[in-house]
Amino acid sequence: MRSEASLGLKVAAIGGLLFLHLPILLIFLYAFTTEERTYEFPPPGLTTQWFGVAWNREDIWPPLYLSLKVAAISTALAMILGTLVAAAMARARFFGRDQISLLILLPIALPGVITGMSLRSAFGIMDIPFSTWTIVLGHATFCIVIVYNNAVARMRRLSGGIMEASADLGANSFQTFRYVLLPNLGSALLAGGMLAFALSFDEVIVTTFTAGQQSTLPIWMLNELVRPRQRPVTNVVAIVVFAATFFPILIAYYLTRGGSETAGMGK
Amino acid sequence: MTASAILRPRGPADRLTGLFWRRPGLLLLLLITPPLLWLGVVYLGSLAALLLQSFYSIDEFSGVVKEEFTLKTYAELFRPQNLDIILRTVVMAAAVTLTCAILAFPIAYYAARYAKGPWKAAFYLGVMLPLWSSYLVKVYAWKLILAKEGILGWAAEGTGTGFIITGILSIPGLEGSSLSTSPFGTFLVFVYIWLPYMILPMQAALERVPTTMLEASADLGATRSQTFRTVILPLALPGVIAGSIFTFSLTLGDYIIPQIVGDSARFIGLAVYQLQGTAGNIPLAAAFAVVPILIMLIYLTLAKRAGAFDAL
Repeated sequence: MRSEASLGLKVAAIGGLLFLHLPILLIFLYAFTTEERTYEFPPPGLTTQWFGVAWNREDIWPPLYLSLKVAAISTALAMILGTLVAAAMARARFFGRDQISLLILLPIALPGVITGMSLRSAFGIMDIPFSTWTIVLGHATFCIVIVYNNAVARMRRLSGGIMEASADLGANSFQTFRYVLLPNLGSALLAGGMLAFALSFDEVIVTTFTAGQQSTLPIWMLNELVRPRQRPVTNVVAIVVFAATFFPILIAYYLTRGGSETAGMGK
Repeated sequence: MTASAILRPRGPADRLTGLFWRRPGLLLLLLITPPLLWLGVVYLGSLAALLLQSFYSIDEFSGVVKEEFTLKTYAELFRPQNLDIILRTVVMAAAVTLTCAILAFPIAYYAARYAKGPWKAAFYLGVMLPLWSSYLVKVYAWKLILAKEGILGWAAEGTGTGFIITGILSIPGLEGSSLSTSPFGTFLVFVYIWLPYMILPMQAALERVPTTMLEASADLGATRSQTFRTVILPLALPGVIAGSIFTFSLTLGDYIIPQIVGDSARFIGLAVYQLQGTAGNIPLAAAFAVVPILIMLIYLTLAKRAGAFDAL
């Protein structure tokens, strides 16, 4: 067995990584192009005017606020529900445990169009009007698994001994939770929350079914992609969306680094 | 001195702790009820609503949903144009999954076997960031790349390799005025977007292949390709299947990519979206949505049997 990789393998591996990254970098370049109507490459000239134009476009701000609001509420709900279910599943063995883990996984194992269409059917049957909350229902459901994954991995790594020690020293369950469990879970929960936020902020497939006439930032972007008005403005918004998902993921990575929890599996 | 000087008075929190200690099931019940209620009511409830709607039908003249149970809507699924959509989606999902597996292998293998220290972190982040970064932004980037005047066309012109693109676009079934309006473009973007979902479980499976087995294989005189075929591949297979669950499922349901890149041929996701929206045919949209559920249930059962769940 050779301990050095062959040249072919090296080239294929690095080529694969470049293939994953180069297209994203292109977005940044296109946000500065002077060409408004086509996708001409290389750009005929560079300008920063589109950032100002985007800032003054009034149709961008309401979707941005809605996206932030939905992501914040969904993340908060997912963090509560995900942590509760992780606490229940981490150590206990009980009847129906496998079924519950499948139930948590299902919203991301099945295509998003299923979640979207299912919710749409339920709203139709129950005559629920579209609102911020109808969007949140879908988002929180698939965000639970992200928080759960992070929390349950950390709980499994925690030694049960510290909880017993806490009880031996006379702490009740709530004090143990407050002073022992929470500080140990903190970074994993924060990482899960960051990822859930990024996921919700970027979600478009489920949202199109549950938003009605409302527009989140990804839906605004989708409309601009299908019927463009000012192409470079779309690029500026793309950078904003990219940044709003990129930094939480980076922070989540550093918070869970070195642990066994894989922050991202199963978007 | 009495004991009360040492022991604090017992409050309600202490009494609850005692209760949880005597009845651990009670604590479990308290923890699991809220999330189960949410998933049970919101998610399973909605799935039930979907199933219910798929057994309704639409009145052809008034366009109103008739709330009576019938299999008429499912019969509509078997019309040639609808079967065509299902077949096209499944073929695309299979092609995308296969290509992702082939492209992912060298990256996963290198990261699992040879990458050390900071390179290991670089590979992990290098796969994780594209996986998580904005889906729409990535699709949009490919629109820029594949457009007629975009970067690929420019590069092909500069290097005199334009005939390759023209060649691909003249293959029957892949025709289009540019890559961004050809089914090949749709395929390319699918592969790009889902590739990280294949790399990660594959890498996890490859990391569990013990080096001693590869050494043993070499000691017994196996060539590199024999070692690959008879040792590495069987041991990595659960990881490949786990990855394929994601690539296959995600392709089955996606409707944004075919809408933005490609010849606007319809896929299951797009059919669901258009039927519930502009067409207002909720029963047929629901019936269409049941198709990926059935396909994925069969797929998941087979994957479970192949031991792929441990690799998830």
